[in-house]
Amino acid sequence: MSLKPAIGQADHKQGGHKASIEIVEYGDYQCPYCGAAYPILKQIEDTFGDQILFVFRNFPLQEAHRFAMVAAQAAEAAARQDKFWEMHDAIFENQQQLSDAYLFSLAEQIGLDVDQFQIDLEAESTVKKVEDDFESGVRSGVNGTPSFFVNGQKFDGGAEDLMAMLKESTQ
Amino acid sequence: MLKAGDKAPEFELYATPDQKIKLSEFKGKNVILAFYPADWSPVCSDQMALYNEMLKFFNKYNADIMGVSVDSKWCHLAFEQDRKLHFPLLSDFEPKGAVSKAYGVYDEKAGESKRALFVIDKDGIIAWSYLSPTAINPGADGILDALEELTK
Repeated sequence: MSLKPAIGQADHKQGGHKASIEIVEYGDYQCPYCGAAYPILKQIEDTFGDQILFVFRNFPLQEAHRFAMVAAQAAEAAARQDKFWEMHDAIFENQQQLSDAYLFSLAEQIGLDVDQFQIDLEAESTVKKVEDDFESGVRSGVNGTPSFFVNGQKFDGGAEDLMAMLKESTQ
Repeated sequence: MLKAGDKAPEFELYATPDQKIKLSEFKGKNVILAFYPADWSPVCSDQMALYNEMLKFFNKYNADIMGVSVDSKWCHLAFEQDRKLHFPLLSDFEPKGAVSKAYGVYDEKAGESKRALFVIDKDGIIAWSYLSPTAINPGADGILDALEELTK
């Protein structure tokens, strides 16, 4: 199964923009498996640096996870102030404490204009970005979180498998 | 296993402890039938959790989704409440697996339904079917492609 649409303007990217390996994660901020994958992905980014490009797309299971949607909106709202990754990291590092109020305290901690953050958090365009990500995930064959795509193809495995595969292919 | 072009066999199964659902009640709408082995097992739960998030997408295609397994109606009720599912789970319980057998997706050895998907059109004809390996959640991209085809 392949990634639809391909990585584009709307995506949040980290790492080498000319990297030969492009990794896309579909994730849910309240999903414990995504929380467990987070430090491994950080390790992957540290190990491979500019050799990889990492993209995160939202796939909140909001019926199963009460704060998944609002957390996704919070990261997108932070992106409006160029702090997507700061918020993304802060949420995963404090996943256990996730709540509406806690997202605002994270916003303050990472130095966002909190009033603007509140406006952006609830903006229709923010919600639409998250929903568009979700729909693209479904179209691409995402069946749970986290799901990974490597160079546009679905990767059957978790973050640890991804690490092992990368170690092998860059040797 | 029944394939595209086959007539979808009629059934009448419990959807709640006191209410049965018939396939023929859905004439005029598209129907997605998701057969799965059992409530509570981790893969199924992900699959049902995913469909639960997708109801508005299915709605866009005038489609209703129903899960089917051999679990009892009380088991389904507890599972639905626990996972906050907003679509019916049908109980293919007595005679056990009869509907799964009619669709050709009963696993005699395990005594459970196989993991299989059917998209049925508004005239009750199967438009698409898919058998997934039991351990793998088939996702929903195939369902959406089939529905898109139907509403073209």
